[in-house]
Amino acid sequence: MLVRLKVNGEWREADVWPGASLLFLLRESLGLVGSKNACEQGECGSCSVWLDGELVCACLVHAAQAHEREVRTVEALAQGPRLHPVQEAFLEAGAVQCGFCTPGLIVAVVDLLERDPTPGEPTIREALAGNLCRCTGYAKIIDAVKLAAQKMAAP
Amino acid sequence: MRIHLPRTLDEALEIKARDPEAVPLAGGTDLMVLLNFGRLRPPALLEISRLPELRTWRRENGRFFLGAGLTYSRILSSLAEFRPLVQASRSVGSPQIRNRGTVGGNLGTASPAGDALPVLAAYDAEIVLVSAGGRTRRLPWHRFLVGPKQTSLAPDELILGAQWTVTRGPGSFSKVGTRNAMVIAVASLCLVLDEDRRQVRVALGSVGPTVLRAPEAEAFAAGVLGAAGAWDDPRAPVPEAALEEFGERVAAAARPIDDVRGTAAYRRHACRVLGRRALSWALADRRLEH
Repeated sequence: MLVRLKVNGEWREADVWPGASLLFLLRESLGLVGSKNACEQGECGSCSVWLDGELVCACLVHAAQAHEREVRTVEALAQGPRLHPVQEAFLEAGAVQCGFCTPGLIVAVVDLLERDPTPGEPTIREALAGNLCRCTGYAKIIDAVKLAAQKMAAP
Repeated sequence: MRIHLPRTLDEALEIKARDPEAVPLAGGTDLMVLLNFGRLRPPALLEISRLPELRTWRRENGRFFLGAGLTYSRILSSLAEFRPLVQASRSVGSPQIRNRGTVGGNLGTASPAGDALPVLAAYDAEIVLVSAGGRTRRLPWHRFLVGPKQTSLAPDELILGAQWTVTRGPGSFSKVGTRNAMVIAVASLCLVLDEDRRQVRVALGSVGPTVLRAPEAEAFAAGVLGAAGAWDDPRAPVPEAALEEFGERVAAAARPIDDVRGTAAYRRHACRVLGRRALSWALADRRLEH
């Protein structure tokens, strides 16, 4: 099955098994391994990407559902060597341990801050409810979101 | 595996008539899990998540039509007037899941735990089905949801949406689970007060083979409000003992089983608590409005 989609601003094509997920296409066909493959059932959020601007679990999107559509992945966030403010904030706040959940969390946090630049803690917790992290205990992740919000608000 | 990508509903229905084995793929939040784990290998998939005809809603002569393809996120941002539906939508999965999951998908999957289903049952919704040539068939929710993961959808039909009569009065959806997000309901309940018909309608999720109503509890509550004069005067006190009795009758309507998420006894208890609370919230909301 040939799928054509715009990934991070560039039109790409991939020939995948007709039952493949968008996550499989991104990782195995296009080599975009930033989105992680963990639970394959939408429980962990590690494969979060944007499909036509909406935050989704790439493992729950059928590859054909992304045909002729736009996907943005974690790879689009850093500009060359310059990290996205959310990525910087995660490093500064120590919100990164093993790092497996980090790309999905970064994408979910960018999505949140694009919609709500000054979220309160309950909003942050609700927005990140679909992203599991087994290392950090979440406290530093919450700190990182607050720090990122400050960074992005600064002129 | 054949993959169909129709651009319009008509095209999708023609494909369904020609290839009735094609499994409709809406948001994918249920179906993709089965595919990813090799539990389902359908001969064909019919991608319907982009069909504009399913992503709509409208009001017609006091009735409301909710398109099958509306995502929970869209309901949250656009349909605030249906508070129980919004509360149920907000309790679905996570933001990622709510951006994809649809009410039509909930209906098609027909899990007894589908969060939107008790709401549709309490609204007394009809499920609108459509087949090639635009032929529609309407079934009351209980004739559509016939068992656990079983519906009366015909092989050549798709779910167009759900339709119900808009009523005046407060209502709520509540759900018991082991955490605040990403949780399959252990028990859920929707209660709606219909001020004009003087009805109390209660539906239960996750405590039976499919969604259930609690008709005895409903009749009891309507009678209690009548006896207390509360239908005419929202400030008229309703005895606490009647709320307790209502909870008992709600629990009696449940047909729960023991499973990995909870015991039947716990689920019945949850129904009792959810029922009593939902009615007391509705009465409090009516007082606030006056």
